[in-house]
This record gives sequence, C-alpha cells and structure tokens, in this order.
Amino acid sequence: MSEVPVTHILFLSTALFFIGMYGLFTRRNMITMLMAVELILNSVNINFVAFNKFLYPGKLDGVFFTIFIITIAAAEAAVAIAIIINLYRSHNSIDVEGAEELKY
Amino acid sequence: MNHYSYIALIPLLPLATFVILGLFGRKYLKTFSGTIGVASLLISTLLSLQVAYNYFLVDGKVNGVYQQIIALKYTWLQFSPNVSIDLGIILDPISVMMLVVVSFVSLMVHIFSLGYMKGEERFATYYSFLSLFTFSMLGLVISTNIFQIYMFWELVGVSSFLLIGYYFEKPSAVAASKKAFIVTRFADLGFLIGILILSFHAQTLDFETLIARLTDTHSTYFTAISTATFLGASVLTWGLALVFIGGAGKSAMFPFHIWLPDAMEGPTPVSALIHAATMVVAGVYLVARLFPIFSVDEFALQIVTYVGLVSAFIAAIIACTQTDIKRVLAYSTMSQIGYMMFALGVAKQGGEEGLGYMGSMFHLFTHAFFKSLLFLGAGAVIHLVHSNDMKDMGGLRKLMPITHLSFLIACLAIAGIPPFAGFFSKEEILLAAFNANKLVYGVALFTSGLTAFYMFRLYYSIFWSKEAHVHDAHHGEGTWSMKLPLIILGIMAAVAGFIPFSHFVTSDGAALETHIDYVFSAAPVLFGVIGILLAAVLYKKQNAKPEAVAASFGGFYKSAYKKFYIDEVYLFVTKKIIFNLIGRPAAWFDKNIVDGFMNLLATVTAKISGLIKGMQSGKVQNYTLYFFGGIVALAMLFIYVWK
Repeated sequence: MSEVPVTHILFLSTALFFIGMYGLFTRRNMITMLMAVELILNSVNINFVAFNKFLYPGKLDGVFFTIFIITIAAAEAAVAIAIIINLYRSHNSIDVEGAEELKY
Repeated sequence: MNHYSYIALIPLLPLATFVILGLFGRKYLKTFSGTIGVASLLISTLLSLQVAYNYFLVDGKVNGVYQQIIALKYTWLQFSPNVSIDLGIILDPISVMMLVVVSFVSLMVHIFSLGYMKGEERFATYYSFLSLFTFSMLGLVISTNIFQIYMFWELVGVSSFLLIGYYFEKPSAVAASKKAFIVTRFADLGFLIGILILSFHAQTLDFETLIARLTDTHSTYFTAISTATFLGASVLTWGLALVFIGGAGKSAMFPFHIWLPDAMEGPTPVSALIHAATMVVAGVYLVARLFPIFSVDEFALQIVTYVGLVSAFIAAIIACTQTDIKRVLAYSTMSQIGYMMFALGVAKQGGEEGLGYMGSMFHLFTHAFFKSLLFLGAGAVIHLVHSNDMKDMGGLRKLMPITHLSFLIACLAIAGIPPFAGFFSKEEILLAAFNANKLVYGVALFTSGLTAFYMFRLYYSIFWSKEAHVHDAHHGEGTWSMKLPLIILGIMAAVAGFIPFSHFVTSDGAALETHIDYVFSAAPVLFGVIGILLAAVLYKKQNAKPEAVAASFGGFYKSAYKKFYIDEVYLFVTKKIIFNLIGRPAAWFDKNIVDGFMNLLATVTAKISGLIKGMQSGKVQNYTLYFFGGIVALAMLFIYVWK
C-alpha cells in the first residue's frame, strides 16, 4: 500500500485554510466566524502533523504543537463565546455589522 | 547655635499668623483675626526688645566694639564647596536696630488697623498680608547672605503689591500696585546682576566673607574686581552701582520714585508701615549692610550721594505743591530717604569719618517713628473726613485733639526743631555733609527748610485754615485702638532723639562721641523756623496768598505740581518708544511666525488624519482584511525580496 503523498495533504490543508478565510470574510454571524477561525487553525494543525511525519519521522515536535494549538483553540473558543454572549446581551443580535461603535 | 537662636521666632511668628489667617481667617476666625495678628506681633516685638537689650547692653560688645554675631546658620543650597546659599540670622548694630524698628512700627500699625479697618469685608486677609509683610521685612534685616536678602527683598515686594492692591475693586489701586511691582522689578534686575557680579568675583554669597574679601585691598579677589573695567568704570563700581539700583528702586530714589506716590492707594496704615517706615528704608539698609565695600569705592559712593541728594531736593519741591495729604507725605518720605542715602554717601568707614553712616541710621530710626505717626495721623483724619484732599479739611484741631497733638509733634520732629527726634538725627547728617562736601550741605540745608514749610503747610491745612465742616463725624476721633498708637508714637517721636545712638550704631561698631554744636545747629533750626513761619503766614488762615505765591512762580509751580512730568516721561518712553519699537514687532513675530508655525503643524496633522480616518470603520472584518493583507505583504517580502 503506497503512502499518501505530501502534496495531497498540503492541498487539503490549503483548501481548508482558504475555506476558513472565505467564511471569516463573508459571514456576518459571529458564531459562523468563530467556526471559520477554527477551520483555519485546523488547517495549520494538519500542516504540522504532515511536515513532522515527512521531514522528521523520528521526532514528535510537530505533534506536540498540534496538541498545543488544539488546547489554545479550546480556550479561545470559550473566550469568543463569552464575547458573543455579551454582544448578544448588549445588541440583541450577534451580527457583526451591528457592532461598529468603535470607529473614528 | 547659641543662646540667641530664639530670634528665629521673631520672623516665624508673623509667618505662622500669615498661614493661619490666610487659610482659615476668612471662614472661621473673622472676628479674631485682628487679635491674633496683634498678639503674635506683640510677642515678636517683646522678643526684639529683649534681643536689643541683650545685644546692646549685655553681651554684644567685646573690647568696646560691637561684634557681628551669627545667631543661626543653615546651609540651604550648596553650589560648590565655596559657594552656598545660607539661611541664617546675623546680629550687628544695624540689624538689631532694624528688628526693633520694624516690629515696633508694625505692632503700632496692627493695633491702629483694628479700628481703622473695622468692618472691612476682607479683614482677615488684610491681617494675613500685614503678617506676611512683617515676616519678610524681619527676614530681610537679619539676612546673613546676599541671596537670602534678595529672597526676602522680593517677598517684601510681593506683600507690598498685595497691600497696595488691597482695594482691588478700584482701578486706580490695581494700576498703582502694578506700577509699584513693575518699577521695583526693573530695579531688582539691577540688584540681581549686581549680586551676581559681586559674588562671582568674591566667590561667595555670604556677607561676612564677601565684605572681608572685597575690602581687603591686597587680596586677589579685590585686585581682580577693581582692575577689570567695563565701559570705563571698574567692575567693582558696576557691581555696587547695580546693587544700589535695586536699593534705589525699593527706596523710591530718583528716577525710580514714581511708584511711591501712587502706592498711597493702599489702606493708610499700610502706607504708614510699608511706604513710610520700613520697606522703603530697605534700600538704605542694603547700602548700609554693604557699606564697607561701598566705602572703598569712591565713585559708587558719589552715585549714592548725588542720587540721594537729587531725590531729597526734588521730592521736597514736589511735596510743597501737592494737595493730596498722603501724596505730600509720600514725597516727604522720599525726601527723607534721600537724606539717609546721601548721608551714607558722604560717610567713610570707621571713626569720626563714619559720622554720616551713624547719622543715616539714626535718621532711619527716628524717621520710622515720626513718619509712621504722620501716616497714622493722616489715616485718622481720612477716617473722619472720608477724603484725601486737604481742600476738604481744615479746623480739625478741636474735633480730634489727640491726633492734632501727635501730628504736631511729628511735624516738629520732621522739621528738625529741637528737642524732637528729627532734630538730633538731621543734625548728624548735616554735620557729616558739612565736613565732606559743601555743595551737599547747602542743598540739604535748603531742603530742610522746605521740609519744615511743606509739613506745616500740611499741618495748618488740616487742623487750622478754616472752620470744620465735617457732617458725618459720628465716630469722633476713632476708637482707642487708633488713638493708642498715636500716643505711643508721639512719645517716641518726641524723645527718640535722646537715645545716645552714636554709642550703639556706628560704621565700625566702636562708640562715637557726638555732641550738639549750638553754633552749627543754628542754621538748620533757623531754616526750619523760617519754613514754619512762612507756612503759618500762608496757610493758618484761609486767604488768597497761596494762590498769589503759586502764580508768581508760574511755570515752575505748574511743573512741580505735575511732579516735573517724570511720569509722563516714563509713559512716553514705555508707550511710544518701547511699545512701538520693540513691543509691536515682537507681537507681530509672535502672532505670525511663532504661532503660524504651530498652526501649520496642527493643520497638516488634521488634514492627514482626515484623509486616513476612514480606515477606522469599526467593522471587524475590515480589520481582519487589513491584517491578512499585511501578512500576505510580509510573506511576499520575505519570499521574493529578502530571500
């Protein structure tokens, strides 16, 4: 059984990254934007794991980073959701278009 | 530290009064503020008298010479190992004498003000300012250091400014206080430069060392300062002349005298304290303090002599023509201070030659009593008549017997009629002038006659002349707090001349034997009597003679009445010359160049921020876009440009 070449994996992670980017820019709903951010983070995770496997098979550094990022992402999600709840309380909506008081 | 250190209390008590009344006076202590001021000053005065007793009669004298005692010394700012600004207390005959004079006159004025200022809205403020002034003046006379004296000098100026402008609702009072402040400030600039010159060459600010270094003609300091020249005069002369300018400003000497008559806008007791008895003699005191240095420089002494003489003479002439009684007194003050100045100018250091120094200090001492008495008397009169103009007065002798009597004593004293105080001190001055310079003596003698004339013109116009026609004399002569100082000062003005002053205060500390030479005294007394008789003829009964005499003098009378147009000259110089040639170009430069540059900076900043502020849209996704854009740009840079 032949191995999956690295280009496939990179293609997957790049696609994931840009899907995330697209979501981040086009969605106005903050929860969807949060999900898009998670997609971007996961694309990075995939890159880490893939390069770890192909470049330094004997080491685990990339894997550690992946776990680290997952942890951070969990914490970040908690914070983001707290912000979203507060936004909802003050604006009665979680649409980012409505929250633009902090302009010039 | 020694057993004299309690002297620190003498200035500190008024300072405490100033702080307490200044902070709490108006709200909480309104009715007591006068009592507090009088009480604290009473303690100060008693302490001063105690110091004077101890110094003059118990332990000041060593081998027949009064020593300089440094009662307290504290280094405040150390500039270099040699140069420091110290705060301390110096005791020598003149400072002890001044302590007594200042605290005593101030106490009298405090008591007098209890009645005079009664019912004033800012009664507590008035007393706190008086205390501030007393503190500064006491600090000035006990200074050990030329910089310390400068500090207190300025403090005295500030408190004088505050008190002249006490009635700040009156525009004339505001203008007068500004005038006094600005004119003396110009003179103080000279003082400061003089201090810097002297202390730069002597490498010290301390009086004792300064005098020692600059009077020893063999020292390197003296050689350096007296050989260096600037514009034809030695640097020593320049330094002393500049210091003297400061003194002349404070002492209202010609041509800096223009502020003194206007300063009479303040409450009358203030005029008695500041502009007659104490602050205006600060200049004389300063010259006396530095007298050993002045005495080695003939030219500086000449300046002192002639400025004093011209002031004494001009002021006496102007005083003969004024009708505002306080202005007459102001010019008479200027004239008497001129006497003190030229007496210093004709003196020499030590021995018989130092007679002028002793006479000057003696005159300062007696003048303080009779001049403050004259002002307080004038205050009592103004209190009754509600006017400053002698045309509104006349025939008051029956209404105010105590004021009348004490005023008469003071007039006799200032006119130099024996046995009143002024006779003795003026006698010493005239004798010193006679020995040194006949021209000075002649002018001084004539001025002394003029003095008698204008003082009795004042006296007759107030108390005789016509029948009293005061309508609202409901409070009579005033309260006892107003009469008591008049009585005490009247006694002092009568007997102060019998104090054997020459035993206590001389240029070198050793006692000087003086005696009254009856042949010599005849001339001044004769001039005085002629002046008085002339005044009696012209002013005792209301008549047409004064106008006739004035008319016969014609233009001279008019120019004297207009104070020789000196104010107008000042106004011309400042308004026409300085404002037009310096003020306006400077204002134009400031408005157009300096402000213009700043405005340009501000405009450019505002324009740029207006252009780019649209980026701050408040939309999260825009910010994310910039962020990613930045990342992409950086990535491009790193990948393709800086490989």
